[in-house]
Amino acid sequence: MFYREAGQFKTTYEADSAKFPIFQDKVFIWLYLAIGFIAIPLFGSQFFLDAIMIPFLVLALAAVGLNILTGYTGQISLGTGAFMGVGAYACYKLTLAMPDVNIILLIVASGIFSALAGVFFGLPSLRIKGFYLVVTTLAAQFFLEWAFIRFPWLYNYNPSGAIEVPQREAFGVIVTGAAASSEARYLVVLSVVVIMTWFASNILSGRIGRSWMMIRDMDIAAELMGVRPLYAKLSAFAVSSFYCGVAGALMVFIWQGAAEVEIFDYNRSFQVLFMVILGGLGSLLGCFLGAAVIFIFPIVMHHALPPIWETLTPWTMNSSQADLVAAVIIGVMIVAFLILEPHGLARLWAIFKQKLRVWPFPY
Amino acid sequence: MELLNQIFIEPFQTMYALPDLLLQTLWEGFVAGTLYSLIALGFVLIFKASGVFNFAQGIMVVFAALVLVGVHALGVNAYLAVLITLGVMALLAMTVVRVVLKPLVNQPDIILFMATIGLTYILIAGGQLVFGGEPKAMITEELGLPTGSSDWEVGGGIVIFQHIDIAAAVIAVILIAGLAIFFNKTRVGRALRAVADDHQAALSVGISLEYIWMVVWFAAGVVALTAGIMWAAKSDVSFALQVVALKALPVLVLGGFTSIPGAIIGGLIIGLGEKVFELYWGSTILGGGTEAWFAFIIALLFLLYRPEGLFGEKLIERI
Amino acid sequence: MNAHDPSMHGRTDDGIAVGDVLLHVDNISLSFGGVKAITDVSFDVRKGEVRAIIGPNGAGKTSMLNVINGFYHPQEGTISFRGEKRRKMKPYQAASSGISRTFQNVALFAGMSTLDNIMAGRTLKMHKNFFWQMWRHGPALQEEIEHRKVVEEIIDFLEIEHIRKEPVGTLPYGLQKRVELGRALAAEPDLLLLDEPMAGMNLEEKEDMSRFIIEVNQQFGTTIALIEHDMGVVMDLADRVMVLDYGKKIGDGLPEEVQANQDVIDAYLGVAH
Repeated sequence: MFYREAGQFKTTYEADSAKFPIFQDKVFIWLYLAIGFIAIPLFGSQFFLDAIMIPFLVLALAAVGLNILTGYTGQISLGTGAFMGVGAYACYKLTLAMPDVNIILLIVASGIFSALAGVFFGLPSLRIKGFYLVVTTLAAQFFLEWAFIRFPWLYNYNPSGAIEVPQREAFGVIVTGAAASSEARYLVVLSVVVIMTWFASNILSGRIGRSWMMIRDMDIAAELMGVRPLYAKLSAFAVSSFYCGVAGALMVFIWQGAAEVEIFDYNRSFQVLFMVILGGLGSLLGCFLGAAVIFIFPIVMHHALPPIWETLTPWTMNSSQADLVAAVIIGVMIVAFLILEPHGLARLWAIFKQKLRVWPFPY
Repeated sequence: MELLNQIFIEPFQTMYALPDLLLQTLWEGFVAGTLYSLIALGFVLIFKASGVFNFAQGIMVVFAALVLVGVHALGVNAYLAVLITLGVMALLAMTVVRVVLKPLVNQPDIILFMATIGLTYILIAGGQLVFGGEPKAMITEELGLPTGSSDWEVGGGIVIFQHIDIAAAVIAVILIAGLAIFFNKTRVGRALRAVADDHQAALSVGISLEYIWMVVWFAAGVVALTAGIMWAAKSDVSFALQVVALKALPVLVLGGFTSIPGAIIGGLIIGLGEKVFELYWGSTILGGGTEAWFAFIIALLFLLYRPEGLFGEKLIERI
Repeated sequence: MNAHDPSMHGRTDDGIAVGDVLLHVDNISLSFGGVKAITDVSFDVRKGEVRAIIGPNGAGKTSMLNVINGFYHPQEGTISFRGEKRRKMKPYQAASSGISRTFQNVALFAGMSTLDNIMAGRTLKMHKNFFWQMWRHGPALQEEIEHRKVVEEIIDFLEIEHIRKEPVGTLPYGLQKRVELGRALAAEPDLLLLDEPMAGMNLEEKEDMSRFIIEVNQQFGTTIALIEHDMGVVMDLADRVMVLDYGKKIGDGLPEEVQANQDVIDAYLGVAH
């Protein structure tokens, strides 16, 4: 009824290839951005910003990175955590070397280092496919994880082996370190994520994104249509790792404030992979939906499940058991989605919108 | 210069000067290699029969050991506990095939692979939920496995052989031989090889895919239980083992995804390689801890040189 | 698509007149391990003609196409395309030198829409770099729209407007074949290789496809080499026919000549060897 495209005719190819071809979608996207940039910082509690929104956005950005590689280019990676780590350590070294440079610039620049790491470990993808690639990306994961510990230079010989984020400013506002306000940090993350997602969607809808999808769908035909596998695959690895690297830098500098190697271990790689699977392979919207479910659902379970369980049953439950229940449910959800809707939440959303378009009629 | 010396001269001097150390390392590498081989074998069985790259194989090892210890902790006799665990593994095989694999027939491989990652998550969290997450001791003695050790004097030093390691090697050999006989001499084995060759053709001559898959998943479960007992006897039953179990993947890369001899030889190469490398090069030059990545980096280098594996056939792509 | 649009005529400045040799295949031999797929085959394709390759199953026809566009590397022999001699080349090099093709078993990009699949055929014609793409608005979008226009012409020509935005994986087989032809045409090839363009089609679909092939050849002057099993179609469409059997060339010439060739009749009907 309200969500109709009747009467909206496209008269140019430009209008027809727009990202949000339907007028209502355009309205909604601006509405979401207004909520994100104005309403949430104004009304959101500190807990909501620190413990929910910032981590959610950071992980969604990492999911965008992995989705570029896995969802759009068809190369499975289990090295996301390590590439995030490269970004974080690079950012740390950069800001120590150049303390006066705008930290946001350095966070983005650190993505270049993870992009290089991604290209290096992506090299085998030129000769191998599928499951073999899982092994080489795991090689990246374990080797880099080891390197983060073995080279004390990376964490500035800190005896605890951890990165401690120094206080840094951007545009005259403190955005990292203990003195930074939640609102400032949230706005930094949101800006970076929104801009980078916009760039990603541009790339994906152009020639380069199309060449990635060609490689994913039918690599031989892609090559016969003139796509050079070397460029296509390595550029996907580079862009994907760049995004993961920036996400890693944001994770340490804005979200956690300090970091040990453990936050980049292979569990992180799995967490991001799950976001991509559940959200929808080959969908940017899916990255955000997946991140929301995989990150926020366990938090809700952690706090809500034990009291509910204890009122309903005579047995007790502590919060770590609730975490395990949440993990089982996520595992079940992954399998169930793969069986019932391999394109994830994003497809469900698309189906819902389709229904909305024709509502109140069934077809 | 110093570095070249550390790479090319010193390790060999040490090997020559302390032969007992070398032998000890080789033995430990061999034992670790047998276990990698066993886990890889579980992968190969399932991959051959169903084309599924079962990421959960490593977790099945931990899960099986956990169930065994958990059931025994309830006061059940050790051997009965083994039987119950086998029952649980059979149930797991049936559930996985019925609930996960069957609905996903004809889906792209990557989807099936991801489903097994989901399964991994379920097994990890589910196992901890039921049996608790803290490390547990394996019931080695109760199972009648030897626990002592023997010394052997070599060149002025001694090499220690843990009896459990010897038992592990022997049992692994028996298990592999048993599987070889099962798959080569029995009707089910023949059906399995038919399925491995061509699903459709096998279906058309009346072989039940579902049944064959259950058999291989169960066989992989048996292999997992064996590997789990042996492994946990050396350390503990804990989910930290899952990281170690991932090393079966590089083993597969070396040996090829469908080759049983490949899995065995690949496992031994990785096991021996990482122990020797860590002792003579890793700990001296790289500051140790190289066992975490050695297998994966070797696999990566190997893939660049020979993508089809040691025993795999070169694939001719058709279009 | 406008018949007078010079962009659809392929390269006009390559100095090869209609009727001259465009592709020359010399003494090609190809084997996989011990299996000989092609043995010492030579033939040529002249500019502007429709060249058919026929032969029983397993005769090496598809392998021949794979050799021509660089997917297989023959052990012996050379290929000259537009006068350039080469033996080993990568498929994307073949594509950029002006060879485009369709496949026996439809090899579309199943996760993409019809429009994107045909746009994919324009990959080599698009040049705006990564950073323009990132920004999109401006030159990259301009380029995208220019190519979209060409693609829309092809869509009109093939009469597939209604499935423009459908994911190709869900289309019926006949339409998929048509989209695949569109994708190959989008590359504006000098030489178009069609691997069984009518396999598995019903009569009506075959008639449509034949019409498209003839129009592509006659209106746009695109040189075509095709593999086909339907003899009626081959005899009607082809200017010249080459016959392969067990990887060897057993006949070559005008359709009528080949039809009368005793070796060819034997190969198709089978004789006691």
